[in-house]
Amino acid sequence: MAESCSVVLLIAVLAWAVIRPFGWPEAVIAVPAAGVAALIGAITVADTASELSKLAPVVGFLAAVLVLAQLCAAEGLFDWCGVWMARVAHGRPGRLLLGVFAVASLVTAVFSLDATIVLLTPVVFATAARLGVRARPHVYACAHLSNTASLLLPVSNLTNLLAFGAVGFSFVRFASVMTLPWIAGIAVEYFVFRRYFATDLSLAASASDARPVAPPCFAIATVAATLAGFVITSAVGVNPAWAAAAGALVLALRALPRRRTTLLGIVSAADLPFLAFVLALAVVVRAVIDNGLDAALRGWLPHNTTLAALLTIAAVAAVLANVINNLPAVLVLLPLTAPAGAPAVLAVLIGVNIGPNLTYAGSLATLLWRRILRRHNHAAGLADFTVLGLLTMPAALVAAVVALWLSLHVLGGYGP
Amino acid sequence: MTVVTWIVEATWPACVEAVRRYTTPDTDVVLLHVTDPDVADVAHGAYAGLLGRRPRRDPGGQVESLASAAAHNLLDEAAARLGRRCTNVERTGRVEREVVGAAGGAELLILARDGELGHLGPGSLGHATRFIVDHAPCPVLLVWPVPPPAIDTLPTHP
Repeated sequence: MAESCSVVLLIAVLAWAVIRPFGWPEAVIAVPAAGVAALIGAITVADTASELSKLAPVVGFLAAVLVLAQLCAAEGLFDWCGVWMARVAHGRPGRLLLGVFAVASLVTAVFSLDATIVLLTPVVFATAARLGVRARPHVYACAHLSNTASLLLPVSNLTNLLAFGAVGFSFVRFASVMTLPWIAGIAVEYFVFRRYFATDLSLAASASDARPVAPPCFAIATVAATLAGFVITSAVGVNPAWAAAAGALVLALRALPRRRTTLLGIVSAADLPFLAFVLALAVVVRAVIDNGLDAALRGWLPHNTTLAALLTIAAVAAVLANVINNLPAVLVLLPLTAPAGAPAVLAVLIGVNIGPNLTYAGSLATLLWRRILRRHNHAAGLADFTVLGLLTMPAALVAAVVALWLSLHVLGGYGP
Repeated sequence: MTVVTWIVEATWPACVEAVRRYTTPDTDVVLLHVTDPDVADVAHGAYAGLLGRRPRRDPGGQVESLASAAAHNLLDEAAARLGRRCTNVERTGRVEREVVGAAGGAELLILARDGELGHLGPGSLGHATRFIVDHAPCPVLLVWPVPPPAIDTLPTHP
């Protein structure tokens, strides 16, 4: 009874999230679903409380990073990135792509993938248009790097934040182990993009963009201080979420009196319904796992951390992420892989972070629903994205896992 | 006589130059730009992949309006460079099919090579340009957007 009920609840929550009826927030169904799971005993009250108390700091960290990114946008950081990319491009689309790769990789790593998709993509399009070059390779690069470049820091992707506790590393140790996989994944993407878009990238710009824009020094300094704060909090054993919150607070205190944002704007950037959805989804997934999914999936996953095992784990994670979405995928896979140790959890992250590049719109479920809605009926655009995904995703996945394996050997991640 | 000129980012100045050089001032010139919606769709799709976020932050709409404004500006710039009476036409859809469709009834279609421009050969046409040249319903004037490569770049006879 509890088993089938919890599965039905999870399906309802995910279906709602994909379909978004009436444009209502996902929390509208996810929060009651979590309540029902607790009421019918699919998850005990104690487990619900432990799940919520474990995830509350994660959600707080996420909110702080979302607000930080939005306030940096208000300070003009992303517009300045556009001007910087145009300057390094010197009218050559190949160099613009290099600039886009550098900026999108850093923005994703520091501000999370949301910032690259929501705040950077329009800037990149506008930059390409102002330079008079074709925008396609650069916009596709933003979409791909929002996934592939989200390996570096715990804040780069919500999946990383959710797994951070299970990895058991400090912030700095996580970043140092994931640096090599991050670079390997991005390098594969760059190599494929240069060849796939060779035609678009061979045609020099027909315009120049010489707008003088002063760098937003305050925002850059605050972000640098926040990154330093991550290192310091991590060294003294304090939750690095406080560093992100302090960074967001400093920018808010500057932006509010200058009317660059409002209190409502800041609360809206934190996206409270989304945070509630994450907590509720975690509770429902926990209920499904406790009621049998655990046993069903365990056989599919290796229980050691050899290179072959890590590759298998990453592949399973990528497939699961592509079927529904990487958020439920990571919640399902975490309890199954955590006993095998940090290498297995990091392999899951590589799978769920890079994997979504295979399917246009992140997952098969979303893709099918969008096809049904006919939000886009351009079969060739879909084919383009899928071919590019097939060329990059498996190669980037393998490169990143091999790099992880090397990184763990060099930095000693297999030991305690 | 109606001449349709396909205006594309980066290669359009060569096409405008061809209009000035090869047509008479009384020619009806159509400057055509086609926006492929797949670029905005990539932004829509990337946002759809973020489960649980508010729909109204979707950057796809912003990219769509930026694309529309960019097309408008590009055609205005091309018209200014042409310096003659002309009609600007903006279309949205599969680029190669829209261009072929717009060329129906025209007496000439002017377009530029946009592939590997370092040597003579079929590689100098990108996928969309190749399709248009192959399917054009009217005579085609195909110009080089850069000075043409030397004749000795011709592949050797097998």
